[in-house]
Amino acid sequence: MTQPEPTPAVFVRDLTVAYEEKPVLWDIDLDIPQATLTAIVGPNGAGKSTLIKTILGLVPAAAGTVRIFGEAYALNRKSVGYVPQRGSVDWDFPTDALDVVMMGLYGKLGWVRRPGKAERQTALNCLDQVGMADFAKRQISQLSGGQQQRVFLARALAQDARLYFMDEPFAGVDATTEVAIVNILKSLRDAGKTVVVVHHDLDSVPTYFERVVLLNVRLITSGPVGEVFTAENLQRAYGGRIAFLDR
Amino acid sequence: MNILHDLLFDYTLRNVALGSAFLGVVSGVLGCFAVLRRQGLMGDALSHAALPGVCLAYMLTGSKMPITLMLGAAIAGWIGMLLILTIIRRTRVDSGSALGIVLTVFFGLGVVLLTVIQKRNDANQAGLDKFLFGQAAALVQEQIVTMGIIGGVALLVVAFLFKEFKLVAFDPEFAGTIGFSPNRIGTALTGLLVVAIVIGLNTVGVILMSAMLIAPAAAARQWTNSLAKMVGIAALVGAGSGVTGAILSVTQDGVPTGPAIVLCLSLCAVVSILFGSAQGVVWDLVRRQRSRAAMEAPR
Repeated sequence: MTQPEPTPAVFVRDLTVAYEEKPVLWDIDLDIPQATLTAIVGPNGAGKSTLIKTILGLVPAAAGTVRIFGEAYALNRKSVGYVPQRGSVDWDFPTDALDVVMMGLYGKLGWVRRPGKAERQTALNCLDQVGMADFAKRQISQLSGGQQQRVFLARALAQDARLYFMDEPFAGVDATTEVAIVNILKSLRDAGKTVVVVHHDLDSVPTYFERVVLLNVRLITSGPVGEVFTAENLQRAYGGRIAFLDR
Repeated sequence: MNILHDLLFDYTLRNVALGSAFLGVVSGVLGCFAVLRRQGLMGDALSHAALPGVCLAYMLTGSKMPITLMLGAAIAGWIGMLLILTIIRRTRVDSGSALGIVLTVFFGLGVVLLTVIQKRNDANQAGLDKFLFGQAAALVQEQIVTMGIIGGVALLVVAFLFKEFKLVAFDPEFAGTIGFSPNRIGTALTGLLVVAIVIGLNTVGVILMSAMLIAPAAAARQWTNSLAKMVGIAALVGAGSGVTGAILSVTQDGVPTGPAIVLCLSLCAVVSILFGSAQGVVWDLVRRQRSRAAMEAPR
């Protein structure tokens, strides 16, 4: 299935997002090619999360176009997986790890239909892939931060998507989990999936990712890490604050 | 055994117990979702908002048919809900203040309308003020049937959309990305909350209705870590407290039903928070003691 010019996984033109008059994202043009591992980096308040939330239709755009594999997001939901920030949900919710992972299958199940045996098995396999098979029945509040993050990742795997957006999947996880997550991301990419990750740690960008998007309300640059992840571009994205990188 | 006999054969007591039990089930189930979505106070605002609806329905139709008054309450409740949601989504007023504004404005209007009705000097109006604290003893079979149909439909909706409701309660953002609009499903859940409130107005009254929603859910959460079980336990707690409170109200002449039921509920909630097997304070202490002992043992 080789195409001469494959459609980009993500295609963004003239995208502007504003909260109460104040622009959060300004005139973004962005292409993310298929089967790549891309980091979105930038200082706090740069609009990194807002960018993926707008692409996912969670935040309304003031102007601009977004295409996923050449189509509107609403038509392509089933090819997109999402890992929200771990802190965006209440982990005291009465449910267990397996149940959370099964939520990744709800989109394909559609309305009203309940998950059954087949879905349980799929969810168990996904938990196994992130090394959490033994925690299937564990109440989610009793998991460590890293384990919770793995559960979210397993839920995304259950979505069996072609394109993944992940919002800070490394936030608050231990070193072992970080390596485990990176390996999963790389194997997804090797399987032809496109993975887009909001990332905080500049040091690890060259080792974890092959492409990078530098963002600070405006798009500073995007492209292969070797070409665009330069001191000069970082200076442009972070300004004088380069010495006090957030976190 | 007298009470048991009366429960089965005494017309009033049977009605009251049946109505309160059913109300307990519906409000227990829907209260779980409200509490988990951190909307416990939404129920309070919406039940107060229903009062002017009851009054207006009576003023416009002159009828005290349960379905008429319930419809009026539902419409006022839904308007209150839409107002609250619009204020939260469209303005910078925070949700606590939005609830406070709608609760007080609607309730104030309701009390004014009640006074107007009472001054009109028509004999038929007697009893509308019972909507403040509820009077289960006045429940008639027609009301029970109406409650049953409306509440039954609400429970069916929860049964069908349990998966969707759970998803939106846990992770609304993720729900949005896979095509389950959190706004629409959230509005549906809040709409069902209004249904629970409406069928509780006769029995518990607008002022204490929110306890019917919050207390069973809070109690149930202490005993389980599964949403399905939590909903089941909340239904049981609601039903049990409903029946007990209703019996107290009918047998102890003059005790209003709402407060009687709420006292039973509060007792359940306090006992659960202390002794609940999943999150209860006492077991938490015991577990901590044990793990400390286990860690110190090898030395």
